[in-house]
Amino acid sequence: MRRLREGLPLLPFLAVVVIFLIIPTVTVIVSAVYADGVFSFARIQALFSGTALSALAKSVLLSGSTAIIGAILGAVLAWLIVSSPPTSMVRRAVISLCSVLAQFGGVALAFAFLATVGLNGVLTLWVQQVFGLNLAGSGWLYSLTGLILVYTYFQIPLMVIVFVPALEGLRDQWREAAVSLGASTWRYWREVAVPLLTPAFLGSVLLLFANAFAAYATAAALVSQGSPIVPLLIRSALTSEVVLGQSGFAYALALEMIVVVALVMVAYSALVRRTARWLR
Amino acid sequence: MRRTTLGGKVFRAVLWVAFGLFFLFPLYAMADFSTRNLIAGGRTMAAWKNLVADEALYQAIVISLLLAVFTVVAMLLVLVPTMIWVRLRAPWAKGMVEFLCLLPLTIPALVIVVGLRNVYLWVTYFLGESALTLTFVYVVLVLPFAYRAIDAALSSIDLQTLAEAARSLGAGWPTTILRVVVPNIWSGILSAAFISIAVVLGEYTIASLSGYETLQVQIVQIGKTDGATSVAASLAVLLFGFVLLLILSLVTRGRRRVQGVTA
Repeated sequence: MRRLREGLPLLPFLAVVVIFLIIPTVTVIVSAVYADGVFSFARIQALFSGTALSALAKSVLLSGSTAIIGAILGAVLAWLIVSSPPTSMVRRAVISLCSVLAQFGGVALAFAFLATVGLNGVLTLWVQQVFGLNLAGSGWLYSLTGLILVYTYFQIPLMVIVFVPALEGLRDQWREAAVSLGASTWRYWREVAVPLLTPAFLGSVLLLFANAFAAYATAAALVSQGSPIVPLLIRSALTSEVVLGQSGFAYALALEMIVVVALVMVAYSALVRRTARWLR
Repeated sequence: MRRTTLGGKVFRAVLWVAFGLFFLFPLYAMADFSTRNLIAGGRTMAAWKNLVADEALYQAIVISLLLAVFTVVAMLLVLVPTMIWVRLRAPWAKGMVEFLCLLPLTIPALVIVVGLRNVYLWVTYFLGESALTLTFVYVVLVLPFAYRAIDAALSSIDLQTLAEAARSLGAGWPTTILRVVVPNIWSGILSAAFISIAVVLGEYTIASLSGYETLQVQIVQIGKTDGATSVAASLAVLLFGFVLLLILSLVTRGRRRVQGVTA
């Protein structure tokens, strides 16, 4: 009874979350295996068609490659930032820019690259004038290669944001201890810092993978036709409902996305727990 | 990390320049692209003037700003009392509230929008067909960011004592929350609000697939015919977000750890 009274003020919050987060997610999961009130694997089976499998493969390739590139370059940038004074304006500006690009960029990033290496892009015209090469030729920006480039542009900043706290967790004392025991800087990095940071690094790779796998806005703005990756296949399944069963296909694809992201995030939180043992 | 050798310094400088070029050149290109005059040569501000002159785009900007305001207000109304209440009276629910708040990080917006059809049939049935109904689902989207900001602020004050003092002096719950607690967690509320604004102004997935004409949807729409205007609007949104977050990092001074998408 007391719990009930204590729980009552939580109702508005719970209502919003249940209606606008839980119900949609459950709808997706249920609708993927229930068609017209009958349990069936037909929609799931559609995931193993050629189109869906090739989209999945490309999505994994895109997310995997940009997660690895982004993690490595992002770790380097994070190190550059951490080793500059914590109160400096440059550091604040870089971190703010990183959070904008990593979390709120979306559509804008697609246009940033259209303005740079698109058909009439600034770099394209410049290279054409100076070297006589056509940088935008063959429309690579709208293909998987282009997506990898544009995704890297938000993956590196995301890596910075998640990796800076890990780097800050490295205590100066550890370094001093290593150095006073006769280790060189190189040896300190190889035998102390890198092993300590490895779980955090791998965890970040997974987070970046999930982030790229679920990203939609940038790809949708860049690629207006065709659906090479899973998110865009979901778009075409949603918007072309005239084709029979396409809406059901969207549910199945969305379920596939939930499963992939959930698996990756479970592995991620396991790694984070490992990291937490050492850092901070 | 305190390398002072010349080689180290040069190496670091080269890296800074390389990263600087990679990240700033596209932004510079946007500025250049949106102001050049391809026909007559030289510069023109036509694309930037379109932000207010183009009726559809201007309407979309107004809608998105309204959505941002509504989302912030709704988020604060839902989240702040809940989080205060959980800390004071219902600590058993803390784990659940945190879990639910961080859940949107693991459920992609794309998944939400696929499952949202039926829910929105009801919403539009009760509230009518308006882009502003997106407020509800946007509140969910900003929960993780807002939760972290407000949680950090609440952790840094002695909430129990403050609330007891206010209550023993005869304040009711609304007065306690509004006039005692809220002024003390002001920085957290500001962070939550700013980040939410940035999220809402940048949101495209849900708006476009639900068929509402928000700023981002309109940017993509216009991009099919008039690249320069879209690029100008995109750059404006990015700069606006950057300024918001920069102000935030200056307001919340000290070495507050930058928490990103880490759970």
